[in-house]
Amino acid sequence: MWERGDGHLGRIRLRKTSLARALLRLLPRNVDSFSGNIFLDNQNVMPLSEDEFRQDIRWLRISFVPQAAMNALNPVLRVGDQVAEPLVEHLGIAKSEAIGRAKEAFRNVGVPTDFLNRYAFELSGGMRQRVAIAMAIVTGPDLIIMDEPTSALDVLTQANIMNVLKRIKQELDTSFILITHDIATSSELADRVAVMYAGQIVEMGDASRFFVMPQHPYAQGLMASVPRLRQKQEPTFIEGQPPSLLAPPRGCRFAARCPQRFEQCDLEPPIYTPAVHQAVKCWLYDPATQPVAAIRGQA
Amino acid sequence: MTPNLQTESHTEVGPPAIVPDKQLLLQVRDLHTWFELRRWGFGHAGYVRAVDGITFDLHRGETIAVVGESGCGKSSLMKTILGLHRPTKGDVTFAGRNLSQLTHKELRWYHSQVGYVQQDPFGALPPFMSVYRILEEPLIVNDVKDRDERERRVREVMAEVRLLPVEDFLTKFPHQISGGQQQRVVIARAMILRPQLIVADEPVSMLDASVRVEILRLLQQLQKSHHIAVIYITHDLSTVRYFTQRVFVMYAGNIIEQTGVDDLLQEPMHPYAQALLAAIPDPDPENALRLREVPPGEPPSLVNPPRGCRFHPRCPVKLAGLCDVDTPPDFEPTRRHHVKCWLYK
Repeated sequence: MWERGDGHLGRIRLRKTSLARALLRLLPRNVDSFSGNIFLDNQNVMPLSEDEFRQDIRWLRISFVPQAAMNALNPVLRVGDQVAEPLVEHLGIAKSEAIGRAKEAFRNVGVPTDFLNRYAFELSGGMRQRVAIAMAIVTGPDLIIMDEPTSALDVLTQANIMNVLKRIKQELDTSFILITHDIATSSELADRVAVMYAGQIVEMGDASRFFVMPQHPYAQGLMASVPRLRQKQEPTFIEGQPPSLLAPPRGCRFAARCPQRFEQCDLEPPIYTPAVHQAVKCWLYDPATQPVAAIRGQA
Repeated sequence: MTPNLQTESHTEVGPPAIVPDKQLLLQVRDLHTWFELRRWGFGHAGYVRAVDGITFDLHRGETIAVVGESGCGKSSLMKTILGLHRPTKGDVTFAGRNLSQLTHKELRWYHSQVGYVQQDPFGALPPFMSVYRILEEPLIVNDVKDRDERERRVREVMAEVRLLPVEDFLTKFPHQISGGQQQRVVIARAMILRPQLIVADEPVSMLDASVRVEILRLLQQLQKSHHIAVIYITHDLSTVRYFTQRVFVMYAGNIIEQTGVDDLLQEPMHPYAQALLAAIPDPDPENALRLREVPPGEPPSLVNPPRGCRFHPRCPVKLAGLCDVDTPPDFEPTRRHHVKCWLYK
């Protein structure tokens, strides 16, 4: 279902990180239910045992760059050793060979190889984030999940990191799930975009269409709230707050804040596919009800 | 050990001495803020030259943005203006009074005139105090003795920052409210003494993208209705044009370009400012198809900045023999557009 370079958007606190952790089976102890299916390369990985998942999937085929990864580096280990660690632990590779592959990972992310022997505190924020990315690519995974990879960084450093990711995507043919609330940055990498609201995916589609014309009213509100450098429009914002996930509302979870709500929204909408590669969880796109054509004119 | 600033820094031949002018609120002249580095607690190991020769004026009700990356000295500049750091050299004059000449009591007055909105709303609020107590505190410290008067002013400022209904928020603690609401409390706290100037240091960078606009709009409304001057510090140029009139671009302790917002966005002159603008994406699917041009390297160490123009090691158009030898002075190629770059000689 996820193809190369998917982006994944939504507000902070709307459980995007939980989704990432669920995909990697890194859920906290108080998780109540964990069900459904996850297919990786057409293989269902949900039925795998904990051990099988750890040995075959986690960090080998799917790796993870957590939020503020730069602060997650071990302060008492040299960064080269940390990047080599997944190879030693997950693949049983000898340390010397692992260091060699760590060097290659460093080159891929644009960190000079003589930094292998340095400690995390000797590196700037941008460099540390690149080391965290190196740690995620060193095992050659099929998929890397990145949670807010650039949100703590300056503009120039952000642009640098996005260039690194673009190159990795191109040269290593790696897939990414990029989780972020920063719409502009997500357009730097994404082929497809999924928008989350209150724990559900409310829209998913090709990037080429999403950034130009988002379909779901929440996505439209998000897009309108982005301050733009090169266009004249004034940004607006969506009134209100997302619902509490302790007691999510019945029906459409965005209805309370939606400028286009109508009576049908008291029921939870199904997912519609108004076009190829486009999915929207919104009653406005029900072909049986006529508002769609009128709304399209407004969007 | 005081630094020998005559030989070690480039002294500005700037505008003349302080001009008495009712509209001028803040005047900064050749400001230097250096932090001493000590090795092993004893030996002197040099200075971090965080602010290295900055001059500008701020008028009443004017909004300016100070734009730069981490480590460029913008926070140190603001803390010096707020009186939290002592200038190593140069002057900060507020409403005609030089900060270094204020008595202890006058300094208290000064702090009531300048509000500070910090970057991290959760870190800025004491976790054990309710919103009411947080907002009441500045009033108590500034000798507002009447309890009813304090309550009235707290409620008034909460309504102004739209923490509504006020009753609901008075008794809440910081961890019980959202990031955007926390930042409104921080703004309310900065506003409650009716300051003439507000310094906002990255006020929205830790908030959700869609909440940022709300908070910046709020700051804009407050600024207009109370005629407050605002210094908005940020690294995010895309928010600057909506809320400020003039922009100062900082790099390695210096202001390298100074002009109106629209001017900067349409015609950035300094290569660093040009690079900053080129690095910012707008949401555009085409972005994923090409690499973005970024200047190589990192901002320089402020302990040992490069000789000459501090940007020259990363500059794509540097003039060898000039840019790496002499620090460029201030040029004004078009009216009210200042740039420190040899290209504009």
